[in-house]
Amino acid sequence: MSALQALDLRRRSASSVPPPASGKAAAVPVAKLIDVSKCIGCKACQTACLEWNQLDQSIGYTDGTYNNPTDLTPASWTVMRYTEHERGDDLEWLIRKDGCMHCDDPGCLKACPAPGAIVQYTNGIVDFISDNCIGCGYCVKGCPFNIPRISQATSKAYKCTLCSDRVVVGQAPACAKACPTQAIYFGTKEDMIAHAGKRITDLKSRGYQNAGLYNPPGVNGTHVMYVLQHADKPSLYSGLPDDPRISPLVGIWKGVMKPLSLAAIAFAGAFGLMHYVTKGPNRVTEHDEEKAAELAGSDGAGSKKA
Amino acid sequence: MIEHSKPVSRYTAAARINHWITAVSLILLALSGLALFHPSLYFLTYLFGGGQMTRIIHPWIGVVLAVSFLGLFLRFFTLNFWNRDDTVWMKNLGSVINNKEEGLPELGKYNAGQKLVFWGQSVLILLLLGSGVVLWDTYFASYTTIDQKRWSAVVHALCAIGAILIWIVHVYAAIWVKGTMSAMTRGSVSGGWAWKHHRKWFRQEVGKS
Repeated sequence: MSALQALDLRRRSASSVPPPASGKAAAVPVAKLIDVSKCIGCKACQTACLEWNQLDQSIGYTDGTYNNPTDLTPASWTVMRYTEHERGDDLEWLIRKDGCMHCDDPGCLKACPAPGAIVQYTNGIVDFISDNCIGCGYCVKGCPFNIPRISQATSKAYKCTLCSDRVVVGQAPACAKACPTQAIYFGTKEDMIAHAGKRITDLKSRGYQNAGLYNPPGVNGTHVMYVLQHADKPSLYSGLPDDPRISPLVGIWKGVMKPLSLAAIAFAGAFGLMHYVTKGPNRVTEHDEEKAAELAGSDGAGSKKA
Repeated sequence: MIEHSKPVSRYTAAARINHWITAVSLILLALSGLALFHPSLYFLTYLFGGGQMTRIIHPWIGVVLAVSFLGLFLRFFTLNFWNRDDTVWMKNLGSVINNKEEGLPELGKYNAGQKLVFWGQSVLILLLLGSGVVLWDTYFASYTTIDQKRWSAVVHALCAIGAILIWIVHVYAAIWVKGTMSAMTRGSVSGGWAWKHHRKWFRQEVGKS
């Protein structure tokens, strides 16, 4: 059984065997489409997220901008990031709803050492199962988007669940439901790509020649996608990675290093055993003892001090 | 068995205690570290009270090891400087492995293999300490970038495997070369052992009395 009764797992962290399947047909891949060009920055999505997930974001400080809180936290799984972008004489306000991208090839899951602490359902949603989380922070190193946050209070990692508990009963995520301009859509990934296509055509007709869909292939696509006015330069949007992929360091650490290391240890042990079996122990002989007695005296003149 | 030579003192009680604190810490670190390194070894976390506890305890044992190993380093580093005899010994490593030590230079307290273990662990433990602090998110998460943490994870794992391999060599050598264990358990070795393996050191010890 998976973490959600109605959904089987596609991937499970730190598990050598495939996740147990109930025999259900794989769920249709879902996606959230965030149309940055329609966002007015009202933060209804942030509020809806706090409310649905019963998160208690304590009052912090303001840095004088609209970015509030200034970063994702263990209790703020989504934040609006505001960028003032000058395009010729035009000032554009690029507002991006940041949060987990639900990578199809999730780096957090790859890095996680705790079995079952991170799972990916067959519909593509990547979820943290807090009960299994050990709070090591490896997911932070695995994530190409700098999303997971470790709580000082509970020592567990947190991030957007894509409202997996709503999606499993046929509801859209809380943020999508709350958005007053319908800048956040939710549906099957196929439908969302098709819908993005229409939006991009519209944007292009309005002079945004580089409008496009952000569905980065480096992580095999994401289950949270953006429609960007300037898809040629994603980094304009508060540092959205231009070409996100799992760091090659994480790839080595979680890939070849694991079997090679255990093989090296096993080889060293086996070499020792074989050496002992073929060459035998190295023993002090009677002759050595006699020579020692000759040197030190048979009554033992050896020093007491080391 | 052989009673015609008196034991030669090799390690003081303080040095032995220092060694065994280091030894126990290193074994506990290897077990808890491997538990978080390879999913197939995750069951080892049960030895430490579960995943969260393993994650909490591992770095603290690391602190104990670092302090304890510093003690060993300060005790022994002057005895581990490389000399010409060590180069000759290394060239004849094949004969040593085949239990044929005749004709090799007389050695001081440590042979070249022991010196390599010493310096190898010294370097690796230093790297493990440095990378380990970077990975110790509970206290140091905010001091480094995520990419520095990724580098540290790779360095930490590589050095740990290196240290485990050296540890295997170290332990096996003590099993293979009979008469060695008593140096670290009771602090002394037989005269015959000292004559056979560390004759120069033996002569110095005899000369002192």
